Amino acid sequence: MVKLLPRSPCTDLLPRTVGTITMSEVLLDRVMSVAPFAGQAKPTSAALKDQIGLGLSAPGRAVSNRRARVIWAGQRMWLVAADVSLDGLAAVTDQSDAWAILRIEGAGVEDVLARLVPIDLRASTFKGGHTARTMLGHMSVGITRVGAQAFEVMAMRSMAATLVHDLQVAAENVAAR
Amino acid sequence: MRLQDPQNTVSFTFDGQRYRGVPGEPVAAALLAAGVRLVARSFKYHRPRGIMSAGSEEQNALVTVGRGPQADPNVRATVLEVSEGLEVFSQNAWPSLKHDAMAVNDLMSPFLGAGFYYKTFMWPKPFWEKLYEPVIRRAAGLGGLSGKANEDRYEKAFAFCDVLIIGAGPAGLMAALTAGRAGADVILADEDTAMGGRLLREVEDVDGQPGPDWAAETIAALSAMDNVRLMTRTTVTGAHDQGTYGALERIAGPRRAGKPLECFWRIVAKRSILCAGALERPIAFPNNDRPGIMMASAVRSYVNRWNVAPGKAMTIFGNNDDAHRTARDLVAAGVKVAALIDCRDDVQVDGDFPVYTGAQVVATKGRHALERITISHAGGTRDIRTDCLAMSGGWNPTVHLTCHMNGRPIWQADIASFVPTPGNVPGMVTAGACNGAFSTAACLKEGAEVAAEVATGLGLKPKVTVPAADDSAYRISPLWAVPGQGRKWIDFQNDVHVKDIKLAAQENFRSVEHMKRYTTQGMAPDQGKSSNVVALAVLADATGRGIPETGTTTFRPPFVPVAIAAMGAGSQGKGFAPERLTTSHRASVARGAPMIEAGLWYRPSYFPQQGETHWRQSCDREVRYVRNAVGVCDVSTLGKIDIQGPGAAALLDFVYTNTFSTLKVGRTRYGLMLREDGHVMDDGTTARLGEQHYVMTTTTAAAGQVMRHLEFTLQVLRPDLNARIMSVTEQWAQFAVAGPRSRDLLNSVLDDQIVDADWPFMACGAVDVAGVQGRLFRISFSGEHAYELAVPARYGDSLFRLLTAQAESYGGGAYGMEALNVLRIEKGFITHAEIHGRTTAFDIGMDRMISRKKDCIGQTAAARPGLIDDDREQLVGLKAVGAVKQLTAGAHLFAQDAAPERVNGQGYTTSVAYSPTLQTGLALGFLKRGSARHGEVVRMVDHLRQIEAMVEVCDPVFFDPEGGRARG
Repeated sequence: MVKLLPRSPCTDLLPRTVGTITMSEVLLDRVMSVAPFAGQAKPTSAALKDQIGLGLSAPGRAVSNRRARVIWAGQRMWLVAADVSLDGLAAVTDQSDAWAILRIEGAGVEDVLARLVPIDLRASTFKGGHTARTMLGHMSVGITRVGAQAFEVMAMRSMAATLVHDLQVAAENVAAR
Repeated sequence: MRLQDPQNTVSFTFDGQRYRGVPGEPVAAALLAAGVRLVARSFKYHRPRGIMSAGSEEQNALVTVGRGPQADPNVRATVLEVSEGLEVFSQNAWPSLKHDAMAVNDLMSPFLGAGFYYKTFMWPKPFWEKLYEPVIRRAAGLGGLSGKANEDRYEKAFAFCDVLIIGAGPAGLMAALTAGRAGADVILADEDTAMGGRLLREVEDVDGQPGPDWAAETIAALSAMDNVRLMTRTTVTGAHDQGTYGALERIAGPRRAGKPLECFWRIVAKRSILCAGALERPIAFPNNDRPGIMMASAVRSYVNRWNVAPGKAMTIFGNNDDAHRTARDLVAAGVKVAALIDCRDDVQVDGDFPVYTGAQVVATKGRHALERITISHAGGTRDIRTDCLAMSGGWNPTVHLTCHMNGRPIWQADIASFVPTPGNVPGMVTAGACNGAFSTAACLKEGAEVAAEVATGLGLKPKVTVPAADDSAYRISPLWAVPGQGRKWIDFQNDVHVKDIKLAAQENFRSVEHMKRYTTQGMAPDQGKSSNVVALAVLADATGRGIPETGTTTFRPPFVPVAIAAMGAGSQGKGFAPERLTTSHRASVARGAPMIEAGLWYRPSYFPQQGETHWRQSCDREVRYVRNAVGVCDVSTLGKIDIQGPGAAALLDFVYTNTFSTLKVGRTRYGLMLREDGHVMDDGTTARLGEQHYVMTTTTAAAGQVMRHLEFTLQVLRPDLNARIMSVTEQWAQFAVAGPRSRDLLNSVLDDQIVDADWPFMACGAVDVAGVQGRLFRISFSGEHAYELAVPARYGDSLFRLLTAQAESYGGGAYGMEALNVLRIEKGFITHAEIHGRTTAFDIGMDRMISRKKDCIGQTAAARPGLIDDDREQLVGLKAVGAVKQLTAGAHLFAQDAAPERVNGQGYTTSVAYSPTLQTGLALGFLKRGSARHGEVVRMVDHLRQIEAMVEVCDPVFFDPEGGRARG
């Protein structure tokens, strides 16, 4: 009996270190997009709270606990890192394989991202748990602050190599100063 | 000549000659220290020129740095820092700077005045492009590029702050201190290598200590604040919308491989304070351009900051009190002052040097460097030996950034200069010399007070304390041009003199904008920073108007030249566009497949096998796989959109021309989508996975566009529809399995066997693939019995390898884009080559797919008479029937006997292929009344490739028109 072998988006690309910056792949086994139907945001949030202990996060925010994560992902759209059952409440779509998720951390990480990301990521405005849909170079991405010097970047799976390439160049440029 | 022996020097070269300089000082300072006077040739007349200023406004000393692909032309020697091994070259001179053959232009100058080219090179007309322009361009010019790709790195970056302070002179430092102490997030940007502005270049006390010491102390205090970011070597180049400023940073330190040379910043600031200072302006006197004639403020900069005396016998010529400082500083430094010449009668100057009041410089001598000047004064004329003349025509506030959003400055008569109009740039205020406040005390005070206002506006509580400093008044008597023989240069960089501007006025180019274009004044890389005010003063005089009525030309970003390399940083090579790679990419490349771009995606063109020498051999073989056995192709790049909700069916009925609400669960249907204007937008299949659950596929090219279209429909056109969409293009790896053996192949990898009875043509549903949950669609883009099998993308690589290996065991294998294209052309299936944005459903023979039972986007517009006219060009198939079998896409169609000219055009070809199945060249194309002309022979002419062929018009479906193969 043949068996299909899984391969993660950043296999052969990560981890890597440039100067003080480390990049590694984040593997989430299950990621579902959750888009509540008209008038169902509150019941959806309540159902999620029941199932994973987290409700829908506010726009621009990501929340997490030991079991799951909820990341706002745009107009009436969230990504939930867990299996959920929301029949009739929300459109739930499997996104487990759609994203390359990269964790970038270390001293100067804001300087590296400032080379590619056009939004204000300073700690005073973009705090822990803040998330944004924005651009990284030419790519549309989601960025979440996960620590004082750590961010997670979600890009389209097919663009994993470009994501790593662009961050590598930016990190080299910062390190060269 | 150096006034002090430097402790640490490095060596650099200028035109191959080795010199020593202090690391970090400008190359201009090192050259002056070495007694180098001649550093450049002028743009048009190739006149010898020397260093004129000590800042980014430099007009003469443009040099090229480095060689080969890395050569960087038109760098101002006054801002270029000396470093070990730096190679600097002069420009615009041949064979050498001293003996420049093109200096002959200078002898011709009586004929080469403003407008000369416009008047002279008009006839014969074709000569302009072929002869005159290239010759003129070669003779006149600046540094050149190598034409090779430069591997140097540049970068771009974004920054954010509450307050951006532009310029770190006394006003900027006080502003930063006040705003920083109040707690604002501050960026202080200055284009110099060190902050302090004129405090570093003048001899003045602030708060009882020397200016440079006070500046250093203040900078130390600012560095200690976490909320203040100091950016040296950073020129703010433009003020743009929404508080965004462009800034160019020359990155500090020696050149190193992999280290960016420059960074182009986009700084977003809630508020900004312009403290850009002022630029000293020259005086137009005869032959005022000889090497050794420089700005008085520049002389003080070299003496006071870099301990370099630009001459041994100095003279000073000015119209304001500020010029007198120059003599005072030179004497203090021990440099001989041969004369101080002030054009005003009523001035008192004390000093141990000759003073001439009510005097003017009327002539200068010295071929490659200044040797003597002639002055006229009350007592007659007098010759003075001098090797350096410092001139000062007064100061122009640097108002540029305040005018970048269409504003104009206002004339202030007491300082004979333009000052900023308040409110020109939203969020920007001005302080210090750029505001017309010239004394150090006034700069410090304005800087602090303006910053306090800004901080208060941000809800902070600032405190204002201003240190004591010099507060002497700035007194000036305007002097623009001195009468006398000889050319009086105004725009040194573009070789424009007083007579050119008078000529412009005389020839009725009286508007300042017309004068600029006619004379090219202000059009050089310096954009007339130093020359504009003098030029328009001369124009005002020539036209009998006042200076305020004459007005200024338009100030535009960037304030200093910005290399395209900096603006486009990161966009070379792999940075040009993201690469989208499919899960089968590695396996395809391993099989030697040439990858071609499809939008951002990379797809295999074909899979070469041993012995194949031409792509057509591979392509033909892969077509035969599909027609005779089974082929496997990665189709993951097609857009896939998950649509769910009670309104999902209604949404599809609204965006597609045909009906999807009637589609049974477990079935797939082909759909056509129109734009609002009635033309075809995209096509594809949509599967119904559940009562309220569909998956739409789009073409690769239009995936993003369709997603946007659906989003627009849901948010704007039909917010009443309770449906949700999500792209799943990246989630699923999807493979076409096509050919008579496709079912057998599938049954070798599926956990449960499928049979045709359960899986008829256009069926869809869930399947298990080697233990993984997947989706199967029985659809066909090849006309064969075919499926598309999807699995979560993490298994894509594995499944592609498995499918191709199995296909090979059935006598088939992988096929690429070339074969895919041939297969679909044989079947007359359209792609965006046919639905290219100008074709309608009527044109492609699908007008009956626009259902009349419901409304859909584009339905009304598609019914416009012009869009359903029988005379339109309609989709047809074309078969080569003459001697020439090669058909080309983009060729035009003509009646057999008509001349192949535009007026006789009857249509064009869109897609071509050689069909190994039918063994002939095939094309799809559009032909007037095409659907009624099947059987007719027309002429195909490709004017570009010079190919002509006779083609028979036929139905676009060349192969298996009944469709039995796909259904069976």
